[in-house]
Amino acid sequence: MRPFSYTRAETVQDAVIALAADPGAQLLASGTNLVDLMKYDVAHPTAIVDINRLPLKEIEDLPGGGLRIGALASNSAVAYDRRVQERYPLLSSAILAGASPQLRNAATTGGNLLQRTRCFYFYDPSTPCNKREPGSGCSAIGGTNRIHAILGASDKCIATHPSDMCVALAALGATVEIEGPDGRRDLAMTDFHRLPGDQPERDNTLAPGEMVTAIRLEGNHFARHHTYLKLRGRLSYAFALVSVAAAIDIADGEIVDLRVALGGVAHKPWRDTLAEAEFAGQPADEATFRGIAGRLLAAAKGQGGNDFKIPLAEKAIVRALRQAASGTPQDQVVKAVQ
Amino acid sequence: MDKGTPSSALPTCAISLNINGTNRVLDIHPWVTLLDLLRGPMELTGTKKGCDHGQCGACTVLIDGERVNACLKLAVSIDGAEITTIEGLGTPQDMHPMQKAFVEHDAFQCGYCTAGQICSAVGLVAEGRAHSRAEIRELMSGNLCRCGAYTNIADAIEHVLDQEGVTPLREAAE
Repeated sequence: MRPFSYTRAETVQDAVIALAADPGAQLLASGTNLVDLMKYDVAHPTAIVDINRLPLKEIEDLPGGGLRIGALASNSAVAYDRRVQERYPLLSSAILAGASPQLRNAATTGGNLLQRTRCFYFYDPSTPCNKREPGSGCSAIGGTNRIHAILGASDKCIATHPSDMCVALAALGATVEIEGPDGRRDLAMTDFHRLPGDQPERDNTLAPGEMVTAIRLEGNHFARHHTYLKLRGRLSYAFALVSVAAAIDIADGEIVDLRVALGGVAHKPWRDTLAEAEFAGQPADEATFRGIAGRLLAAAKGQGGNDFKIPLAEKAIVRALRQAASGTPQDQVVKAVQ
Repeated sequence: MDKGTPSSALPTCAISLNINGTNRVLDIHPWVTLLDLLRGPMELTGTKKGCDHGQCGACTVLIDGERVNACLKLAVSIDGAEITTIEGLGTPQDMHPMQKAFVEHDAFQCGYCTAGQICSAVGLVAEGRAHSRAEIRELMSGNLCRCGAYTNIADAIEHVLDQEGVTPLREAAE
């Protein structure tokens, strides 16, 4: 690891000022991803601003039954919070599908949003990678790309975002609270991450000097009809090849409100709200679920090594919608897929 | 990366940690991980470095009672914390119940992952969320064992949970 200077922020303002003042500065929360990237020399901040002392660990009730989750609340604290489990079980389930108990004890909510891709080439500084070294090329295109994107990729980058939690947050329509040099602003979760386009080095839409301070959940909880279905190379402690966060409101056998977010398939949690809206009023049955899967994957494109993800995602979407509709969410301990 | 012994040319930070019940005031480089601090200057080599990337769990220790991968934690960022390593759980003469259970159930072969397995298992029991064999397996998924001692590891943990009065449900044989 390369040497860096170290400061400890006592207030959010301190952190924002320190971050904005130095282009080589990075915030340190738990470090589960950043420290790893520094060991590989993928990240080499010249200054670390430690934000662990900031008062951002709380999970607070909001009027109307929503929750505000502080950016430093650990994955375990959120997943096992009784209010999260009762009101937003989809979020709890998605978090528990990810990482390991040790990592979840350390990893934070804000850090989860800011984790970087697990593309093999991004992690290997001896290879070209446009995300790590803009303009150097993409080794995954035409390379080993089993884990890569089938939706929204560009000719510069086919990396995926590795989070499970963010997929559930996208489905639930969460809001990201951001603090920066110009003050506070809110951003829809679905607008937080971006597609690679010509700037794959940018994972998200944060401006320089901005930091995530909280996640807000309001509105429909989808506590009854939801599931998080994650498919991966082994049953636990592995990143998703394909995951589906599905939530439905059903009345008289018809879809009233539909949310489908996909993980492991794109540079961001993949959600198509126009497609979702087209299926309102349709019967909540197999034929509709197959139609939804087909619509969501209409533009899917394989890269060779990941072609299998297209039929895998199709079947996973149908299976997840069936689980959500029948009120039998995927169990994250007993891994049998019903 | 160095092993935590400061060289005078580079910046250091003063931190205090309680390690296995002893207060330590330390002057360290900010890039030293808790794992390298423990194994280097603290000479607590029971905690093992497996992958050094949070993928194997061999470095699991308890920070303020919670199990965490020591390899991914910068020591400077946990100033004031209480650390428990395998050396702090028990001694060969006076073993922790989890250590005893690992011995009695033959829950290791080469032993390299064992300190991490035991610290993780102690964390699991304290968390109180494992009520079945399947939950033990899932909640121990952050600790890999290349010898494949998983069945006996789960037996050892189940034994301790039984003793604690948390009776796991027996499920289908593995």
